Amino acid sequence: MTEAATAQKPSSTGAPVVEMRGISIEFPGVKALQDVDFRLLPGEVHALMGENGAGKSTLIKALTGVYTIDSGQIRVGGAPVSFARPAEAQAAGVSTVYQEVNLCANLTVAENILLGREPRKAGAIDGRAMRARAREVLTSIGLHIDPASTLSTHPIAVQQLVAIARAVAVDASVLILDEPTSSLDADEVAELFRIMRTLRDKGTAILFVSHFLDQVYEISDRMTVLRNGKLVGEYLTAELSRLDLISAMIGRELGEMDALARMTASHEADSSRVPTLRARGLGRVGSIEPMDLDVHAGEVVGLAGLLGSGRTELVRLLFGADRPERGTIEVDGKPVSIRNPRNAIAAGIAFASEDRKGEGLIADLSIRDNLVLAMQASRGWARPVPRRLKDELIEKYIELLDIRPANPDALIRNLSGGNQQKVILARWLVTQPKLLILDEPTRGIDIGAKAQIMKLVATLAAEGMAVIFISAELEEVLRISDRVVVLRDRQKIAELEGRSASVNDVMSLIASHSDGSTLERNAS
Amino acid sequence: MSTSTPLGKLRTNGLLWPIVALVALLVVNVIARPSFASITLRDGHLYGSLIDILRNGAPTLLVALGMTLVIATRGIDLSVGATAAIVGAITTTYIVAAPDPASARAAFIGMAIALVACALLGVWNGFLVSVLGIQPIIATLVLMVAGRGIAMLITDGQIITVNNEAFSVVGAGFVLLPVSILISIAVFIGLVIITRRTALGMLIESVGINPEASRLAGIRSRTIVWMVYVFAALCAGVAGLMITSNVNSVNPNSVGLWIELDAILAVVIGGTSLAGGRFSLAGTLLGALVIQTLTTTVYNLGIEPQAILVFKAAVVLAVCLMQAPKFRARFVRRPKPPTPAIRPTAPAPVPSKVGQ
Repeated sequence: MTEAATAQKPSSTGAPVVEMRGISIEFPGVKALQDVDFRLLPGEVHALMGENGAGKSTLIKALTGVYTIDSGQIRVGGAPVSFARPAEAQAAGVSTVYQEVNLCANLTVAENILLGREPRKAGAIDGRAMRARAREVLTSIGLHIDPASTLSTHPIAVQQLVAIARAVAVDASVLILDEPTSSLDADEVAELFRIMRTLRDKGTAILFVSHFLDQVYEISDRMTVLRNGKLVGEYLTAELSRLDLISAMIGRELGEMDALARMTASHEADSSRVPTLRARGLGRVGSIEPMDLDVHAGEVVGLAGLLGSGRTELVRLLFGADRPERGTIEVDGKPVSIRNPRNAIAAGIAFASEDRKGEGLIADLSIRDNLVLAMQASRGWARPVPRRLKDELIEKYIELLDIRPANPDALIRNLSGGNQQKVILARWLVTQPKLLILDEPTRGIDIGAKAQIMKLVATLAAEGMAVIFISAELEEVLRISDRVVVLRDRQKIAELEGRSASVNDVMSLIASHSDGSTLERNAS
Repeated sequence: MSTSTPLGKLRTNGLLWPIVALVALLVVNVIARPSFASITLRDGHLYGSLIDILRNGAPTLLVALGMTLVIATRGIDLSVGATAAIVGAITTTYIVAAPDPASARAAFIGMAIALVACALLGVWNGFLVSVLGIQPIIATLVLMVAGRGIAMLITDGQIITVNNEAFSVVGAGFVLLPVSILISIAVFIGLVIITRRTALGMLIESVGINPEASRLAGIRSRTIVWMVYVFAALCAGVAGLMITSNVNSVNPNSVGLWIELDAILAVVIGGTSLAGGRFSLAGTLLGALVIQTLTTTVYNLGIEPQAILVFKAAVVLAVCLMQAPKFRARFVRRPKPPTPAIRPTAPAPVPSKVGQ
């Protein structure tokens, strides 16, 4: 907080339009925010930085009245406020545009922009006035689309801008943009930034959250960094180097990712032995064409391919999440019949689904229960995991995976995405699988947790576990994998050596014999 | 959110409001009629209004315990009242038709046959829900509607009266306390042990919270859901025995009528969410006591019969509202942050309403 005090005032002057002091919020078992100060000046773009779980979303939700603060004070425009719900915040000039577009896709652009504030004539909505007003707002942010068109006919990027138009239409003095760029391409981002600058120059205070450092440096004037629910400091963007920013965010030096690359490369699988997994002609109608796959002990096999290429479908068959219709699976040379997840678990296969919320978490149970779930399931209900063993396992994995909070009784729903993912990983590691299947284990989690998980995968392989690794990020797949299996249109089209292959190799394989739209999708 | 104090603990596990409601109801009764609280010992039996509440509440408690587990798996069982009627019908019909209708043997065989039949009814419900994947409310509605018809068929549409001492023990017997409440308490304790000392409770909750994630973690979701419906049917069956045994007769049209609704209410008042997931057996126990005490209160206060159901509904609504976090957040004043030591609990609406 000393940094906050010493930071210079940016170019814009005037009293802060938002001032939050000593904000604390506690969820059962989790201190989401502890004594955090935050201020937002008129006419600035202020980036809120931190890893997942640092408290960014919580701070925003505290400001907008989604969460009730346990202690601290919030002032907007100098006056103390306590918004009981988001509508009150909006009425006070604090508008929020969330990451997921939350507009009504079946209404027109104009209806969306003026929803709840429709101009009226003799009690009925005045459609003409509404379209005129909407056009005015759209023009003011430089967006030239027909206000009478249905929202769903526009691409996501435009819908995002409509959401901003909606926020602007209420003459917001504070505009909060939570990850507005995650679904936009470069031109669209440029367009968004142009609009943001226009608004800023008109005196709007903009709070900007993004995972993309380039964008943060391009657009923001100042930034506030949070870590583990605490304030690290407030800085002028121009005076904070990227390296300093990252170490402020993760609280340690970088370089772990680089060490990882070496570690994976130094490790060699012995392919002459009997493979841990041998699948032959495995397939299911409407899911994947019959294909073969071998994974050896100590080997990381990456599956690369676009969404819908069959990468997820393949591993679901291996795990029995979907029932295979044809083909055979051998584990350690012995044929096994896998018709459901129980068979797979008994054969020593573990699977962390890409859909963490829908297929992984038991949201209302504690870290403890979530962690022992798979082990308990295979023991049956009548033989509970002994308390002592449970405590031992939990202590071990909380420490090994750096799960935060380190409180076994915290409900998993209150954890950040990265920590939830670690608990799911731990759930499978306690079953001591021979083959670990990870489908998008790093999706939606921050750099620090990502590095930890990648490092863990490398360590597990080095200890002799067979791993199948799926990620939409090709660099990640290539960095971790000894071998990469490339899939396209539900077929296996190639196998590459992980170390020698490049992103370009894989992309051109995926693009070859394929129609242009696939290539385009891949390139964007 | 202080969880260290006993009061804080009750707040977080949701038992506070049912306790407040129960105590308030009891206080109102004692004020209205001071003899309400007295318990006397006669012939080695305990007598008194409180004992009556326990005895009359025993079937509801039993059914509610089964219902708790069903609800925890995201289900509901509407057929428990009909199941109770079928069990009563089978037992009494068997006893009456037996060569020695007054013997203990006839009673035991009759009850055993009825409970086996009742387990089969549970298997049927569980099959519809867990194998065929029919919505629980529809699946159990089938038996709810058909069940009373089946009971009528069994008794040939008659009200059957039995005279069998061994059978009377279940609903009207005493071992210091009424036998029926001893049975219900034994089931309660047994269920707490089996769900909380083994992993069954956690697995049931897991299936209720996220069935797909549970399946992928290797839990036998289908078996668990199936078991839970069989258990609920058995609970309903034993409740049916208590009810018929208490009056030594069975009327297929009235045995256990609306008991499913009382049971569901007891579960909800006890703080188990109808959305499934975490359940509280202690909450259900309290909920069943609140429901039964409420019924007794109505008679004790001499409320006009026409107003009974409305009165009951009002109290239930008040308890449920006080449990809802959103309602409390809106209408119950929270203390200012700097002095979080004591959270004054708002006056419960129950006593004020009852006191009118």
